Amino acid sequence: MNEFLTQYAFLIVPIIKIALLVFVVLTVDAYLTWLERKVIAHIQARWGPHRVGPHGLLQPLADGVKFIFKEDPIPANADKVAYFLAPFITLMLALTSLAVIPFGPQKFTLWGYESTVGIADVNISLLVLFAITALGVYGIALAGWGSNSKYSLLGGLRSSAQMISYELSLTLSVVGVLLIAGDFSLRNIVEQQGTTGSGLLTWNIFPQIVGFTCFFISAIAETNRIPFDLPEAESELVAGFHTEYASMKFAMFFIAEYTSMISISCLATILFFGGWLSPFPAAWTFTHYLPSLILIPFGLWVIYDGIRYENIFGRILLPGVGTAFAGIGAALLVFPTINGLVQGPFWFFAKVFIFLFVYIWMRGTLPRFRYDQLMSFGWKFLLPVSIANVVLTATVILWRMR
Amino acid sequence: MTASLVIFFVLAALAVLGAVSLILQRHPIHSALSLIVVMVALAGLYLLLGSEFVAAVQIIVYGGAIMVLFVFVIMLLNDGEEERTNFSKLATFAGIPLAVAIAGFIGAAILSSSSTLPAATANGSLTSSKTLSMLIFTDFVYPFELTSFLILVAILGAIVLAQREN
Amino acid sequence: MVPTTYYIVLSAILFGLGIVAFVFKRNIITLFMAIELMLNAVNLAFVAFSRALGKPNGEVFVLFVIVVAAAEAAVGLGIIILTARNRRSLNVERANLLKL
Repeated sequence: MNEFLTQYAFLIVPIIKIALLVFVVLTVDAYLTWLERKVIAHIQARWGPHRVGPHGLLQPLADGVKFIFKEDPIPANADKVAYFLAPFITLMLALTSLAVIPFGPQKFTLWGYESTVGIADVNISLLVLFAITALGVYGIALAGWGSNSKYSLLGGLRSSAQMISYELSLTLSVVGVLLIAGDFSLRNIVEQQGTTGSGLLTWNIFPQIVGFTCFFISAIAETNRIPFDLPEAESELVAGFHTEYASMKFAMFFIAEYTSMISISCLATILFFGGWLSPFPAAWTFTHYLPSLILIPFGLWVIYDGIRYENIFGRILLPGVGTAFAGIGAALLVFPTINGLVQGPFWFFAKVFIFLFVYIWMRGTLPRFRYDQLMSFGWKFLLPVSIANVVLTATVILWRMR
Repeated sequence: MTASLVIFFVLAALAVLGAVSLILQRHPIHSALSLIVVMVALAGLYLLLGSEFVAAVQIIVYGGAIMVLFVFVIMLLNDGEEERTNFSKLATFAGIPLAVAIAGFIGAAILSSSSTLPAATANGSLTSSKTLSMLIFTDFVYPFELTSFLILVAILGAIVLAQREN
Repeated sequence: MVPTTYYIVLSAILFGLGIVAFVFKRNIITLFMAIELMLNAVNLAFVAFSRALGKPNGEVFVLFVIVVAAAEAAVGLGIIILTARNRRSLNVERANLLKL
């Protein structure tokens, strides 16, 4: 058995990592929908889901059950190939984009196979991500066309045109980071930002603030979120390209949208905010206790909130969850080796969470762009600014090389 | 039967199936989807040959821009499926033997020269993007500037063609 | 390792299929796609030879071929849209106004 494992370790270890990652990402997607509904509700001075479980925590489960049992009508004269292929393409590409993202700096060997924290470590991971973004247009175009409905076709073509317009400024705004780092590999970009170990000051956000702004705005347009979601807004074209999709296929589009949000947030942290690097200088070793310092009070607060909850289910579930958080925090304090391993992924997930919160915050606060405003903003403002950023960065680098 | 041989046959079969599907499909949108499958399979073959940058550029430019253009045009000019007409007698009686003869000629040329080609490909090394960019900006800088001029001309042409008649 | 001959044979097969598609299809956009298939087959031959000879020059040329194909596709599809609007059909056999 052990021999079989060592001989085929190059297949088995990635499969285990893929299974783990897909499971974690799908759970995070589900609870991201919960977080979005709660945050938007609180911005709009109401509560959001609070009936299904304690604080509405089981709402994603209820939504999942609904999606499975709902009727799945297919429009008449729909192009079967395009109609069935579109949600698969979108979901497959969104999940594949997570394969090249590095989550932490460690390399570990399992059954004689050395691997990194992250599924694949390729030299061109940034180009792979752009390739996947470029192919994502097809899911939307085919969805709009395959539904054999005028609303869907218009919504699909508008959304695809928006995506390919903002893809240009997305790729150009990253070129500044590439010039500074000199490498396409995301792992090397993060490591190059942390060479001096002085924490926050060496991150790419300071030389590339213009690049980051262009990148983030283009990324929001790529993922079709507010303020750029005219093609799928409910008050405009019914629901745009996914009007005629119901239950499981609509759930696939939904999951794909949230997964691409997660992937873009991971990319933004890696490229501009130092990935898994801590914002504090490496000399301040007392900051290694920060994860425990956050988890233990949070766990205690959840226990305190759960004890006085209104129904009995909440009074059992919430203290359980709170004890789990506080227990993990205490375990990190007691075992310093595990604490060292957790540092990189902790900062990575904290930064990704902040970006996701900004995404949700913008959805609750901003109005939508009109379609012609959207296109002129992309072509007449963002593209020239991205090109100017590239030229400026190249000039500064050449001037410094003298 | 090494792993790279297996991967080569899988990708080659995918590319050939995509090309055959391009011929056999009736609606042009399905032909476009088959061509996209061919391009992704070819990108996989470029990766197998060690040129990672060309593989990425193939997917980004060919698969993500050129084929999107084709798909948009097909969706906008929705002409429907092709009609079935009979081929002329000349095409069947003269064309097919001629095609077989040309294929045989090319096959013979390839097989006779296979002994002079370097034995195998891909000793496992990758062509780094740095090598390619050094070549583009030193030896091939003149064709590079010419292609950028060509793209400018193409953009101007597309704008002129897209103008409405006043 | 995969011998270079296999790649060249595959490139020839794809090129041949592109020619067959170009000869037998009637929709003008499908003809255009057959041209793109032929260009791709040639690209594969370029990259295979570049790897066999050990120099990256072939890959640089592939990049130029891709760029030229993009420019040609853009302008060609623009022309196709205009002529299709005038003629109201995408069938190349209908373009027979000059026939005797």
